[in-house]
Amino acid sequence: MAKKKKNFFGRLKSGLSRSREALNELFYMGGEVDESFWEDLEDTLVMGDMGAEVSMQVSDDLHEQAAKENLKTAPQLREALAKRLAEVFPQVEYDPFEESPSVVLFVGINGAGKTTTVGKLAAAAKQEGKSVLIGGADTFRAAAIEQLDVWGRRADVPIVTRERGADPAAVCYDVCDRAKKEGIDLTLIDTAGRLHTSPELMRELQKIARVTRKRSSAPVSVVLVIDATTGQNGLLQAKEFNDALDVDGLIVTKLDGTAKGGIAVAIAHELKLPIYRIGVGEGIDDFQPFDALDFCRALVGENEGKV
Amino acid sequence: MFDSLSDRLQNTIDNLRGKGRLTEDDINVAMREIRMALLEADVNYKVVKDFVAKCKEKCLTSEVLDSLTPSQNVVRIVLDQLTELLGTTESKLTLAPNRTPNVIMLVGLQGSGKTTAASKLAYLLKGQEHKPLLAACDTHRPAAADQLETLGKEIGVPVYRGDGKDAVKVAKESIQYAVDCMNDIVIVDTAGRLQIDEEMMQEAVNIRDAVRPDQILMVVDAMTGQDIVNVVQTFSERVNFDGVIMSKLDGDARGGGALSVRAVTGKPIKFVSMGEKPDSLEVFHPDRMAKRILGMGDVIGIIEQAEKTADEQSLEDAQRMLREGFTMDDMLTEMQQIRKMGGVKKIISSLPGGDKMLKQVGNIEDEKGLKKVESMIYSMTKEERARPKLINGQRRKRIAAGSGHTVQEVNQLLKQWSEMNKMMGKMRQMSQNVGGGGKRHGKGKNRNNSKAQVRQLQAMMRQAQMGGMGGAPQGGNRAARRHRY
Repeated sequence: MAKKKKNFFGRLKSGLSRSREALNELFYMGGEVDESFWEDLEDTLVMGDMGAEVSMQVSDDLHEQAAKENLKTAPQLREALAKRLAEVFPQVEYDPFEESPSVVLFVGINGAGKTTTVGKLAAAAKQEGKSVLIGGADTFRAAAIEQLDVWGRRADVPIVTRERGADPAAVCYDVCDRAKKEGIDLTLIDTAGRLHTSPELMRELQKIARVTRKRSSAPVSVVLVIDATTGQNGLLQAKEFNDALDVDGLIVTKLDGTAKGGIAVAIAHELKLPIYRIGVGEGIDDFQPFDALDFCRALVGENEGKV
Repeated sequence: MFDSLSDRLQNTIDNLRGKGRLTEDDINVAMREIRMALLEADVNYKVVKDFVAKCKEKCLTSEVLDSLTPSQNVVRIVLDQLTELLGTTESKLTLAPNRTPNVIMLVGLQGSGKTTAASKLAYLLKGQEHKPLLAACDTHRPAAADQLETLGKEIGVPVYRGDGKDAVKVAKESIQYAVDCMNDIVIVDTAGRLQIDEEMMQEAVNIRDAVRPDQILMVVDAMTGQDIVNVVQTFSERVNFDGVIMSKLDGDARGGGALSVRAVTGKPIKFVSMGEKPDSLEVFHPDRMAKRILGMGDVIGIIEQAEKTADEQSLEDAQRMLREGFTMDDMLTEMQQIRKMGGVKKIISSLPGGDKMLKQVGNIEDEKGLKKVESMIYSMTKEERARPKLINGQRRKRIAAGSGHTVQEVNQLLKQWSEMNKMMGKMRQMSQNVGGGGKRHGKGKNRNNSKAQVRQLQAMMRQAQMGGMGGAPQGGNRAARRHRY
């Protein structure tokens, strides 16, 4: 305690000759939060997959902001941080799942949850009374078509696909034609998962997107599906996919686990991509619109007591 | 891409030069770099803290501080420490000798790659004279059993599906089925589950208790971030798995999760899964993994890959090239090979210091240059491709017009070819001298010899091509598929 006091006065002295901000800094340093709060905060951010460098940057910025705005308590600080992080996310200006007609192409790495996402979103849209069509352009993975078929039957949504091994771009061609002919409101196309490091498969995907964009009469959105448990590699993934395809937005899946999906902040920030939906459970209607503030509150840690 | 750790450390320590002796503060700076490198690789931050503390202790010995190359010593210590922590190369499945059938069970999160891993494991065991049976106990995801059945058919391994409703029942029945069909190993593929899903975790426990597996393997996605510790901890407590299969390591994720898994559960990594093909389940090498986590290039991996790609076909090609000279078609194949591997850029960046080199050289537009060469070669007649010496002024003009390039560009290509052909000539002389004029000595009489020749040949071609990289990017090395771990 004595040490702290000395520290306080020592700082006060130098603080007087500096600016008001420095003074404020002392107040919360000696008051409600201490060094362990900041360490704790940084750990929380890193633990949420925000990335070490970003986390430190963010926490440094908060230091400054706290001084300027005279934020003292932990809940205040956390709330301020959540708000600032939330601003990183671009607003959804065009929601391909609300507009109609609309064609959405789902892309992503293996196991991100594309097929399940397509199935669930199709069911949800159908329940809203829209006419929905599913395109099964994953002609590579074993039983991907069958899996989609089950979803289609559950949701009572027709599927356009071809046999395994067929050209996925040809499937998209068929899908777009049928969607146009029948005046479908929402068309969802599932593609095969692929690693962004495979140039051949990325070229294939470029062809798929090109054909779909060219053939479709409705606006086409390319949506990247990202698993919330993904670590720092997620940014590389998103960059490669975006470079190849000009991605329109993201869907983050598997947020019902303990993973916080902090990599989404990095992606949204770096590529200026909006998040359309988040996947939060096993049920058929578990895709929710993305609320940036809620998401960021979870990311910066628990907020005991409101501000 | 990230700078490799050694480059970063070099920079840090370069600044400290002329100090004569490193101090504890200097080591702290170095440790900060290591900490960042590990966090970038998705090693859990708690694990990082412990690890860095341990490394620091070792680095503070006078041996390091007083040495002439402290940065290299620091890197070595970190690498050794990391390798040690990552465990042994022993990728053995421990199976009870007096039990038939043996049972292997796979668990993991959704989308981690269990079903794919199951079929790869079956393929591996089949190659070892076993008769595996795959049990489709993922009764939750639609068509999961279909997927397994398709994969099973492809590798010629039977799949037991049961009623496809009760996973525990299917697992139990599969054992009996294996006994009836004389299968000696059952691989139980289970549904993906979140570690916080109590009901599903209980199902996994029930399956385990029903079939009493010899080995439970957890499949972990190499791209998983910080949350991996929560996942493996719970799985370890509830299901108590014996080892880990790391999947999707054919991407460029650094795979720091491997270290977290080891540190948190103490369970070994038994296999790594590197692609879509059934034979892509490989033995785990802790030393390579350590380098990968730290973002250092992996030379051994590249060499190994080169040997793998130097298959029968290319062996014959090489022999033919030696006999008949290097044609334009050969050049084209070489270049397409590079394209398949992701281009010169990817290959260079997977070499130590490669990222730095790339930065210095600036952008290499391999894709464009490749297309250019391709179109020019395609504009040649068959005869011209086989004997480029035929190409005179008029033909050059025609090729240039046909491919939409200038005559100068065609000249450039021809010059490159002639350089390479010269190399080939030298190579031919050498092989004749060494092999005692052995090229007519029967086909493939001495495989080892010819394999060595191929490698030599490739090395020379690489040299020739790299030399001319300024303009059109070649650099023909059949190696390095992306980042090997």
